[in-house]
Amino acid sequence: MRASFYPKTRSTPPVKGALPVLLPYRSPQATQLSLHEKLFNGWTVLALMLGFAWIMVQQVWAQSGAAQQASVPDILLKWTPVLLKGFGFNVLISILSMAIGTVLGVGLGILQVSPVTATRRTAWLITQFFRNSPWLVLLFYCILLIPFEISVFGLDIPFPGWVKAVIGLSLPVMAYMSEYMRGAILSIPSGQWESADSLGFTRGQTMREVILPQTVKRLAPSWMNLYAVLTMATPLVSIVGVSDVMTLTRSALAAESRVDLLIPMYLYILSWFFIYCYPISRLTVRLERKFAVKL
Amino acid sequence: MESFEAFFSWLYSDHGINLTIGYDSYDRGRFLDGVWTTIKLSVLSILFSLIIGAVGAWVQGSPLRILRVFIGFFIAFFRNTPPLVQLYFFYFAVGTVLRVTGENGLPQPLVSNFGWAVISLSLFAGALNVEIFRSGIEAVPKSTIEASEALGFNRLQTYAYIVLPLAVRVALPSLGTNLVNLVKTTTLAYAIAVPEILYASAQIWSDELNVREMMNVLLLSYIGLVAILVWVLHRWEKALRIPGYGV
Repeated sequence: MRASFYPKTRSTPPVKGALPVLLPYRSPQATQLSLHEKLFNGWTVLALMLGFAWIMVQQVWAQSGAAQQASVPDILLKWTPVLLKGFGFNVLISILSMAIGTVLGVGLGILQVSPVTATRRTAWLITQFFRNSPWLVLLFYCILLIPFEISVFGLDIPFPGWVKAVIGLSLPVMAYMSEYMRGAILSIPSGQWESADSLGFTRGQTMREVILPQTVKRLAPSWMNLYAVLTMATPLVSIVGVSDVMTLTRSALAAESRVDLLIPMYLYILSWFFIYCYPISRLTVRLERKFAVKL
Repeated sequence: MESFEAFFSWLYSDHGINLTIGYDSYDRGRFLDGVWTTIKLSVLSILFSLIIGAVGAWVQGSPLRILRVFIGFFIAFFRNTPPLVQLYFFYFAVGTVLRVTGENGLPQPLVSNFGWAVISLSLFAGALNVEIFRSGIEAVPKSTIEASEALGFNRLQTYAYIVLPLAVRVALPSLGTNLVNLVKTTTLAYAIAVPEILYASAQIWSDELNVREMMNVLLLSYIGLVAILVWVLHRWEKALRIPGYGV
């Protein structure tokens, strides 16, 4: 009888005294959420926005009184697959830019705390320059000034618009990342450096094996927040002529050419971005609380 | 002025650096108008976003739950959606619906594109300012508020005379970051054809085909504008400092 609830594997012998006693009763509502917490989530906002869109639609629709026209939700549904592809492209751009920007930014950030004054100054200047110029201007800069293909050893490497846009978006990401990196490295207590020194680590070893692993935890919240900001900056590529979700939305609106579709359509796209970015920003807040540096 | 223009003409003829804004008064006029529009746009948006931030933070501390939830929605929406799509939403969607009949009997937009840019940017930056002000308010010691209550200040008076002045000082560094971001975000107004610096420069480089030169002028202008703002904020921070309070 006893064997029935013990694990059958032989590697774990039955623990002496492990009896199936009554576990304490756990209330399903053990964690009382406040009304604010209960109401305040992405789904409620989405429902509200859809409701708002519906109200707007109803009015205009009733005014036009044309029953033969397709209803607005039907049109939105019809365009959804096309728009989803565009949105997927935005996400792809954001991931690529984030990857490039993070790698470059971490390097630049480490250079910003270099013991060589000239290196430190140069890295600081580059960081400040890209951090203080507008994203859109940097995007224009890359789109218009990078050649459309580069020949290296007789090999033509093409640079289509979207690759240039990825590079353009990764520049500000690099600068922000570099600044976060510098802050994170400087926030590590100097005792860490000194003890690594006394253990005979070289500067490079200290950086790689002692300091950088500790910065990861401090960087995580700002890194995620930066990703959300970058994702929200990706529609900018539509201004410089790369086809993305905004371009597709506007052509869809032009194709339908209906005034009552304008507000629902834009709200629809806004809600997609919201659903994508809101969980990231909630997680950021949670991580910030968890990893808060206690003084 | 003659030698100034001669210098830029020489720069073009001898070195191939075609800075038309140096020697062509028409291009210079366009560019300076753009700079002026950007400054107007930035100042108005900063002003309105600060008002939204201060009022929003006050409302968020209100005893009415419905108001707090409403402000929560407002912040979540404007913080987690792209500013460009917000601008498009206001200008192309709401702006198309909001029309009045003009003097000539044709429907005219109620708010100009400049107006929509100010509204959209103020709301976007204002939502962030609410959070920044709130974190400042949370840093104000409870005993200070109790002391003001004991002196007979009501809720609004406590907020306006005691809490906000202290909260602003605590929040200034992050407020500065956000305002710098706002000045950088004014470039988005390009998308709805507000003639600010980026728009003026784009017109100049399409006419004169001097993308390389104008691009660098543009970047330097923005860095200059941001530098001025940072300097003003720094002076403000210094002037507001209370010895012994904060860092």
